[in-house]
Amino acid sequence: MPYSITVNGAVREVDVDPDTPLLWVIRDNLGLTGTKFGCGVAQCGACTVHVDGQPRRSCALPVSRLGNRQVTTIEGADGPEAKAVQAAWAARDVPQCGYCQSGQVMSAIALLREVKKPDDKAIDLAMNGNICRCATYVRIRAAIHDAAKALEA
Amino acid sequence: MGYESTGLSRREALSTAGALVIGLSLPFGGARAQGAPQAGPVDPNAFIRIGADDSVTVICKHIEMGQGPYTGLATLVAEELDADWAQVRAESAPADAKIYANFNFGVIQGTGGSSAMANSYDQLRHAGAAARAMLVLAAAQSWGVQPATLSVEKGVIRHAPSGREARFGQFAAAAGRLPVPPKVTLKDPASFRLIGQDRKVSRLDSVAKSNGSARFTIDMAAPGMLTVVVARPPCFGAKLASFDAAEALKVKGVVAVKPLSSGVAVYADGMWPALKGRGKLVARWDESAAERRGSEEMVEAWRGLAGTAGTVVNSHGDVDAALGQGDLVEAEYIFPYLAHAPMEPLDGYIEWDGKRANARFGSQIQTLDQATIAKVLGIAPQAVSIETLLAGGSFGRRAQGNAHLASELAEAAKAIGPGRPVKLVWTREDDIMGGHYRPLFVHRLRGSVKDGAIAGWSNTIVGQSFIKGSPFEAMMKDGIDPTMSEGASEIFYRTGAFRCDVHIAQSPVTTLWWRSVGHTHTGYAVECFIDQLLEKAGQDPVAGRLALMDNSRAAGVLKAVAELAGWNGPGPVNGRARGVAVVESFRSFVAQIAEVSKGADGLPKVHKIWCAVDVGVAINPDVVRAQVEGGIGFGLGHALFAEVPLEAGIPAVANFDKYRSLRIHEMPEVEVVIVKSSEAPTGIGEPGLPPTAPAVANAMARLGLGRPSRLPFVRVA
Repeated sequence: MPYSITVNGAVREVDVDPDTPLLWVIRDNLGLTGTKFGCGVAQCGACTVHVDGQPRRSCALPVSRLGNRQVTTIEGADGPEAKAVQAAWAARDVPQCGYCQSGQVMSAIALLREVKKPDDKAIDLAMNGNICRCATYVRIRAAIHDAAKALEA
Repeated sequence: MGYESTGLSRREALSTAGALVIGLSLPFGGARAQGAPQAGPVDPNAFIRIGADDSVTVICKHIEMGQGPYTGLATLVAEELDADWAQVRAESAPADAKIYANFNFGVIQGTGGSSAMANSYDQLRHAGAAARAMLVLAAAQSWGVQPATLSVEKGVIRHAPSGREARFGQFAAAAGRLPVPPKVTLKDPASFRLIGQDRKVSRLDSVAKSNGSARFTIDMAAPGMLTVVVARPPCFGAKLASFDAAEALKVKGVVAVKPLSSGVAVYADGMWPALKGRGKLVARWDESAAERRGSEEMVEAWRGLAGTAGTVVNSHGDVDAALGQGDLVEAEYIFPYLAHAPMEPLDGYIEWDGKRANARFGSQIQTLDQATIAKVLGIAPQAVSIETLLAGGSFGRRAQGNAHLASELAEAAKAIGPGRPVKLVWTREDDIMGGHYRPLFVHRLRGSVKDGAIAGWSNTIVGQSFIKGSPFEAMMKDGIDPTMSEGASEIFYRTGAFRCDVHIAQSPVTTLWWRSVGHTHTGYAVECFIDQLLEKAGQDPVAGRLALMDNSRAAGVLKAVAELAGWNGPGPVNGRARGVAVVESFRSFVAQIAEVSKGADGLPKVHKIWCAVDVGVAINPDVVRAQVEGGIGFGLGHALFAEVPLEAGIPAVANFDKYRSLRIHEMPEVEVVIVKSSEAPTGIGEPGLPPTAPAVANAMARLGLGRPSRLPFVRVA
């Protein structure tokens, strides 16, 4: 089936089965590989993208249900929150293996757009769908606080 | 190369007519012997490339899977080269064991046993110093001055008397034409600018891993590439009997279906059609030789063995007599099968034209993988190139003695024929249900306390050996697999009479080393049991341990962590109790104190873990801290939640919904102190993990929750 989807501001045409998860459309059809496969059942968050600005697990979203909503992947992440989060991630040396971090970063950006100064509880709520097997959680938490401070300034 | 490994028996990797013969010595868990090579000339051209643009690229023989060797190895070079860190890069070395061997393994290129920095410390410092000397000589010749009159600082070569200066790029080509100096002088550690300095360098891979641009195996693509998923047997020891691909081949995008020795491969134009095709595949399995027991039956069988005498690994004194005196204390600890579940499931990419193959993946033991691919494709190992890519975690999973991933990858390429690049991808279900687990273990412990002192200690260990029958079997001596009892066969404490014996249990369930290997269970068993004995003897967990200890480095980290945490007994105070544990693994020493309360749900809530480590010279203190934080989180998550239970031989968990991983709200606060040391550096990829679970269990005991005798602590009935 042909679908017309909007990813990172550009309209893209793909011809895939209706049940194809957005994740595989992004990765295999569009070649945007920053979004990762981790579980395929919306349990780990490695595939997190923004759909109309909200964090969504792209592995569990069939392309046929996307409609004309706007998709943003890690490659298209931009704006003050994205810049602050990515700068804080690098400054704290958050990543270890790094495989989950695109998803972590996308969840953190969405959090800071909603809550300007998240406390630890808000961070727990926003981030507990993103598994990091390297357990970089101490630094993820610290980097989100850093990014919030940088945005305040 | 002027390096010789020190006195370790070894053979070159051979791919002979019938079998793959690899001589390996003392890798991983058994790596107690110093693997450090003798100092000698190192050809810097193998390890360092200096560009005309002044960039310094360090060629890394160790895989970057999160543990930080790209940054660490580059730090060693940059230190001796006096490079500008802003211009330092890292890339992976090709598979070539003659140049890039891990000295802990013999002539084998690979990463494991927390050995990357330990076995590279001298080598890469020599490489950096040699490169510096060659750049200086090239500059001196060009300027017509004596080399001794030049200085190097942050990537700039200077001749102070004339005021001339140049960056590395200007003399890189000329330096490359000079002979390698036979002898170089390494820096006095007192003058290190980067090594051991906190936050002087940032990780080389942080930016690319924060913006999605870091490339992993799963991101590989090429024109005409096919994505491959494999249907494998549902239980261990089963084999393919027959299959019907008719329905699978009707799925749009499915190109081919082929049998492999591991199962049935579905080839498609992308991951989704491959998965849909596999879903339509009908495969029948011969399960006649398969494991059909469930975990409960296996636990009972292992427990039965633990009640009988095993092969003695170490003993002194009359243990049976000692156990007959004073108060007898007994404990049993049961450890489940665990999956490694790295965030990036196993995957690989390969191109093969019939004569040469090029594989790109997270190869952790390149020499075994290279030989295996060569054997499957019927070509020479030299005709197989491997580009080691960033790996999305491993925790031991990619370090495969049987190279089963490389083998499956090569078979997938061979079955579809030359000229079709293939990308093999395992799903999370393939990963968690696919075996190669940390083995199920049972420990039976008995000790006696007489007149306030420990009089005897007996520890019987039962589990499978993943060394026996593998290319690593050379590690075994007198029928003993040292990775099963490391950490338990020699302990820090004077316990009177002592015995540690083991039984090797048998099952077709595949097993493999898992972050910290034997210490995953021995650390728990020993540190819980000593705590229990000290409690019985009425002694403080910290002071009691120190009083029984002769090892100054173990005592050093224990004292340091007690000071860091302001230890004042185990409590509980205001509902919070503290537990302690200290473990040596891979020649690094780590002590932890956990503060725990009983949560509203009755489950343990871990608030904070204090940690002291002694890793010798800490090359990158912040990477050490990161590995400790991660090791604690990995250790705690598995201790609390993780198990792969078998039901009639079939794994009863398949994904992260039931194979629970630690999440951010469960991560305790972590505070780390790195004990100053001038000892040679040792590893930290694994040693942060073993003390966590026993420290938490020892705190739980003081809360009246008991030291859990069966892991995980939170078990779903």
